[in-house]
Amino acid sequence: MNKHVMPKLNRRAFVIGTAAVGAGLAIGLDIPFGGPTVVRAADGSPEVNVWVVIRPDNTTVIRIARSEMGQGTLTGLAQLVAEELECDWSKVVTEYPTPGQSVARKRAWGDFSTGGSRGIRTSQEYVRKGGATARVMLVQAAANEWKVPASECTAANSVITHTPSGKTTTYGKVVEAAAKLEPPAEVKLKDPKDWKLIGKGVKRLDTVDKTTGAMIYGADVKLPGMLNAAIKDCPVFGGKLKSYDEAKVMGMKGVKKVVRVSDSSVAVVADTWWHAKTALDALPIVWDEGENAKVSSESIAKWLAEGLDNAQPAFVGNQNGDAKAAIASAAKKVEAVYNYPYQNHATMEPMNATALYTPDKCEVWCGTQNGEGAFAAVLEASGLPAEKCEVHKLMLGGGFGRRGMTDYVRQAVIIAKQMPGTPVKLLWSREEDMAQGRFHPVTQCKLTGAFDADNNLTALHVRLSGQSILFSVRPAALENGKDPAAFQGLSPSGDAAFGYSVPNLLVEHSMRNPHVPPGFWRGVNVNHNAIYMECFMDELAKSVGQDPVEFRRKLMSKHPKHLAVLNAVAEKIGWGTPAPQGVYRGIAQVMGYGSYVAGAAEISVTDGSKIKVHRIVASTDPGYVVNPAQIERQIAGSFVYGLSALFYGGCTVKDGKIEQTNFDTYNSMRIAEMPKVECVMVPSGGFWGGVGEPTIGVAAPAVLNAYFAATGKRIRSIPLRDQNITFA
Amino acid sequence: MANLTINGKSISVDVEDDTPLLWAIRENVGLTGTKYGCGIAQCGACTVHVDGVAMRSCGLSVSEAVGKQITTIEGLANNGALHKVQEAWIANDVPQCGYCQSGMIMAVAALLKEKPKPTDQDINEAITNICRCGTFQQVREAIHAAANA
Repeated sequence: MNKHVMPKLNRRAFVIGTAAVGAGLAIGLDIPFGGPTVVRAADGSPEVNVWVVIRPDNTTVIRIARSEMGQGTLTGLAQLVAEELECDWSKVVTEYPTPGQSVARKRAWGDFSTGGSRGIRTSQEYVRKGGATARVMLVQAAANEWKVPASECTAANSVITHTPSGKTTTYGKVVEAAAKLEPPAEVKLKDPKDWKLIGKGVKRLDTVDKTTGAMIYGADVKLPGMLNAAIKDCPVFGGKLKSYDEAKVMGMKGVKKVVRVSDSSVAVVADTWWHAKTALDALPIVWDEGENAKVSSESIAKWLAEGLDNAQPAFVGNQNGDAKAAIASAAKKVEAVYNYPYQNHATMEPMNATALYTPDKCEVWCGTQNGEGAFAAVLEASGLPAEKCEVHKLMLGGGFGRRGMTDYVRQAVIIAKQMPGTPVKLLWSREEDMAQGRFHPVTQCKLTGAFDADNNLTALHVRLSGQSILFSVRPAALENGKDPAAFQGLSPSGDAAFGYSVPNLLVEHSMRNPHVPPGFWRGVNVNHNAIYMECFMDELAKSVGQDPVEFRRKLMSKHPKHLAVLNAVAEKIGWGTPAPQGVYRGIAQVMGYGSYVAGAAEISVTDGSKIKVHRIVASTDPGYVVNPAQIERQIAGSFVYGLSALFYGGCTVKDGKIEQTNFDTYNSMRIAEMPKVECVMVPSGGFWGGVGEPTIGVAAPAVLNAYFAATGKRIRSIPLRDQNITFA
Repeated sequence: MANLTINGKSISVDVEDDTPLLWAIRENVGLTGTKYGCGIAQCGACTVHVDGVAMRSCGLSVSEAVGKQITTIEGLANNGALHKVQEAWIANDVPQCGYCQSGMIMAVAALLKEKPKPTDQDINEAITNICRCGTFQQVREAIHAAANA
């Protein structure tokens, strides 16, 4: 049975042989010296290289550096390694190396970060080479034993065959010898047409424990003598913790300690989390809310609206011709203003981390999308050097970008540091999770299109105003102050390129950063940019009396991959043929994360306010399809996430705080509201695009365009609940 | 101190009467398959069976659970044989992150007991658990598969 082995809670997942550590040697792809020292997993089985451990019974352990949070990367990455390794897929298990081990081995596993739909697309080449290298070494070991040329041997299903003689052996029998060989300097990867496992919708490797309650998430960690902590951070971002009266709660049942965590947060540590939370709720806390307490959604909206004025400074993200001049002299002009609100990730599992600190060691157990980032947070918060720190990654109860942040890891370490030798699990309440999100940024957008007398689109001006994620999260990635990611889907080239050719184009961003901390939220800037652009495309088409698909096609002749996915969904939804009585269609396309995607919806609307989505279709060209079953699930899941945000989402600010506190005020779609998502995959090859995020961008504009078709009413403000529009 | 019957076993837990059943199950009994998602009976991640009925254990106090048969996800299998809903979940590769799935499976198992062949409409009315990964399509397929197993 395939299985993903989560790390044991009371010991390291595998050990590096002392000789290897002493000599600084290991057989690994990125380590330039080979040698006789074999690195062993905890059970004694040898590593062929950092990606592959083989047990005597032919079980193949594939190491996965990226984090599994439901998106299926664990299974997809294992498929990539196994394809080249030629191992028996039914005997594949996976495990996580730890960030501490990676640091000790000179980052042998490369990047651990799991965001931006990068899991497969940015590691596919080196993990496939890891599998291929291991196969070459295993085959060589068998050839050496038989004293035959390796070129006369083949490998399949973990069995090596010497073709001329018919002799066979298995990976499990030759692995000890293989692990001592020098890795080949170069390996040739398979031609995609020869793939057997890549492209197959094999089952996930981590399902069984998720159906029995056995899967251990961060919130489920149990360690001997562990205490539990509940935390409150100042609900006004940027505010401070003035004082608290711990005497009022120290006598409450189970309470062990009240600790100041930062200059803005306080935690109660107790025997159980329920006791900790109950005492925290009873703890008198005085906040110094500061200037930000004056900020509201209205004041933010007003400030952003000012940024739509052309007289205000803005960064240019895409430009050709002279859009402003062409608009000024146009025969006809169309203009519209849109906005998109803050959104909380609302992962099903609230943020949490468990830390054990002693002056000699600091260990953390948590779900994280960024193992190395979490490791860095442990170093910083503990003050200990890398060799005395470790992070044990656990299954994530949802990520969506939130768990790429390490705020909760830092908090857990700071609490544990005040109780040396006692493991402490910090778990946020849902209310804390809603209040202390790292929110999808707030933006507005003014779009202006210009036509000549023959109704040809001559100019387009897209003026974004609003928050930059990178400014807050990764300022080093700004380019002379500009946030290049703000233009996702609207960029001149790259992995989020604009799909239309317009003679005069100007796309710009007036950056305005309110005090609410932003974060990468599934789809990131594609979410609002695709709504703005794709709804406005429909507005432009309507203004000249043209069909929305035909109108787009005329602008897409130089963007064949964008056009191909648009055509694919148009065909699938039946564009150009009559829809059923009372049913209306909408369509949208965008590029993001290296993939070309499009979506189309069929909806009906009752009383102008009750929407039923009858059908929803997606197409994607991610270059290559590693696991079509998982891609279907990611597309459908992205639509649920995107439509939940469209209908029910939106986080508002009052007195500097987020107003929504739980799922009663920040709702999420249920099964009754979601139709089956029909997926069309049109992989064109030659590039590797992402899967988890891109399609989220087209769900909302497809539905909004269908709503316009049904009602003649254009919605330019999200979420729909603000306009009393909901699901039928 | 309260005496609870969980997965057929009598267990006494040292908690205050108003402790939510969810936290007694997770922290005092140590069964962590039942998840905390919202604490206000909105999301369904904490769903267990109380006398055979699916209930959200975060909204139920320990004192209300005394004397009742409580089944958690860990007790759904029978003598090591997985429940047909769990089997269907595996066969249909339902979970993504999986965090909500214990509650989802418990809600479905209770539905099938009441309505062995639920229609899509029955499913829409009975299954109101939140899944942020959006596994609804596979959930629906797996419910029908389990009903026909």
